[in-house]
Amino acid sequence: MSTAYIENTAGRGAAKYARKRAARGKSGASHHPSNRRPGWVTYVILAAVFVVSVFPLYAAAMYGSSSTTEIARSVGTLPTWLPTLTLLENFGQVFAAEQFSIWVAFGNSLLVAVSVSASTVFFATLAGFTFSKLRFRGRQVLYFAVIGTMVIPAQIGTIPMFVMMNEFGWIDSLLALTVPGLIGAFGVFWMTQYLKEALPFELIEAARVDGASMFRIFWSIALPAARPGAATLALFTFIGSWNSFFWPSVVMRSQLTMPLVVPQLRGAFTSDTGLVMAGVFLVAVPLLLVLVVAGKQLVAGVMEGAVKG
Amino acid sequence: MATDTLATAAPRTARRVGWGQRLSRWDIKVSPYLYISPFFIVFAVFGAFPLVFNVVVALHDWHRRSGMGDFVGLDNFAWVLRQPLFWRSLENTFSIFLWGGIPQLVLALVIASILDQNLRARTFWRMSVLIPFVVMPVATSMIFGQVYGQFGLLVPNLHDLGLFTEYSSPFFQDRQLSHIAIGSMVIFRWTGYNALIFLAAMQAVPRDLYEAATVDGAGRVRQFFSVTIPGIRPTLIFVILTMTIGGLEIFDEARMFDGGGTGGGTGGADNQWTTVVLYLYNLGFGDWQDRLGQAAAVGWIFAVIILALSLLNILFTRVIASSDSGTKRLPRSLRKASTLRSEAKQSAQATDAVEGDHR
Repeated sequence: MSTAYIENTAGRGAAKYARKRAARGKSGASHHPSNRRPGWVTYVILAAVFVVSVFPLYAAAMYGSSSTTEIARSVGTLPTWLPTLTLLENFGQVFAAEQFSIWVAFGNSLLVAVSVSASTVFFATLAGFTFSKLRFRGRQVLYFAVIGTMVIPAQIGTIPMFVMMNEFGWIDSLLALTVPGLIGAFGVFWMTQYLKEALPFELIEAARVDGASMFRIFWSIALPAARPGAATLALFTFIGSWNSFFWPSVVMRSQLTMPLVVPQLRGAFTSDTGLVMAGVFLVAVPLLLVLVVAGKQLVAGVMEGAVKG
Repeated sequence: MATDTLATAAPRTARRVGWGQRLSRWDIKVSPYLYISPFFIVFAVFGAFPLVFNVVVALHDWHRRSGMGDFVGLDNFAWVLRQPLFWRSLENTFSIFLWGGIPQLVLALVIASILDQNLRARTFWRMSVLIPFVVMPVATSMIFGQVYGQFGLLVPNLHDLGLFTEYSSPFFQDRQLSHIAIGSMVIFRWTGYNALIFLAAMQAVPRDLYEAATVDGAGRVRQFFSVTIPGIRPTLIFVILTMTIGGLEIFDEARMFDGGGTGGGTGGADNQWTTVVLYLYNLGFGDWQDRLGQAAAVGWIFAVIILALSLLNILFTRVIASSDSGTKRLPRSLRKASTLRSEAKQSAQATDAVEGDHR
């Protein structure tokens, strides 16, 4: 029973559900002898893991909801267990800070992460399509060369890269964060592995017979087929770029990205813990929204990567 | 291929066909190289060139403000190897790596096997273990710093229990305790991520092995050690390899543990938790230092250490893999049990109940 048939007769949702059931039948999401639901102990443990996972952000919000005196009085415990209006006041103060602008940092981070992700996806898919589907002299050697570059520790390039940025005049410019990250070996590797399975040779041959140019084949056939893998790659690239701290703290001076705001907090608010923690919360929370929106895909991406790796 | 022009209805001039053919031949020949060139161009400028250039910087007296100075040969390397602080940071790095790595592996395996059940709201639980992975490490580090601080959640309570007597937080004084604190951040960040990787591997373990083990009377713990662990061994090795490389490059957590700011962010008053990458950073870009030459030497030494460890890891893996000779060796109890496999399969199929994902 093909899912296409189900889609035509019973609609999209039903087809999705059928695909899921079929997948479960094959891979056996629960491959233990019994299909019994686990007991409550399992859920207690999982709930504990969940609590630990959200605790730091929760703690930051609770400290951010408190005044300095309240925090001073709360030794050995959280100052409050529920958020208060003080949190909003503190947010206001963080936004109004003179030393930095959260909005500018947010814009910078967004600009860099979006450019890096978009460019990585495009060039990695182009290279992945080439390595997985096209025949040309030296293909194997070049692909191994790409994989080989992944073992070089990134820190070894820090000092010379800094000197280069100095020469280019890119110190304190977003170019220093964007251009070196336009495409990476991991992206090429990921898309190559993905397209090996996702793109049938027959499609390419059919297009060739129809007289399509190489780029036309890439654009109209490979790119649509690569979409799910590309979306996962974009997600991981975005998260990596957004959270990166080492390289930005080397090349940036006054232009801040979100992670670079964090070291500034203590100086800006002279150790007013409530304000500092409100700032930390503000900086950390946007990516959580990404998890809420694309969490399913993120999970699938991690698990897929495990199989590929 | 190029003969398709004959099939077109409209007759064309011969020359135009030839031109089209030549163009498409050229397209087939050149396109592949064109399409992979962006990677190689970017890598040449920002990967390969810095690698070579790093040697040049490391061999010269080089400062951030004054730029390239005299050629000094291997002096920078000798200088670095003479610094007690370099060796201290190397020790710190490995110590933090062990405190963060070993519990992380154990926890990830346990969480993965818990997730590897017929759970309700499966996707929700899987997403929840990824929360720490998306929270910015520098933010996590600040919050943990607050929690481990003098007036945080831990120290005052431990005071009351009579554990610590000094006034300030021992997590920022004692070397070992600071490593444990930073290790806990590493655990926090990566455990869920690795658990999902293990989960993916566990789902590929053949189901009938579990059935056979059950028939043999193996309990859940016994099944975990005798079926699950051998079944996911390649993944286990892969995770340990990536964890080693990533774990030794630790910087964010160590730099922000004391909140950075003025006088902070260098790894403690006595460099209790200065890691190698943080040492490199302080050396090249710290407040009063701009020793790029020495920092480049540190980068080199560090890269060699990491590569050596990776090679050791790979060799070690080879040895394990070759002793396995490709097939998964099963514990004796299971080899006997697998003869019962077909029987168990039939009984399992009979009790197979198809269920939906309740969300």
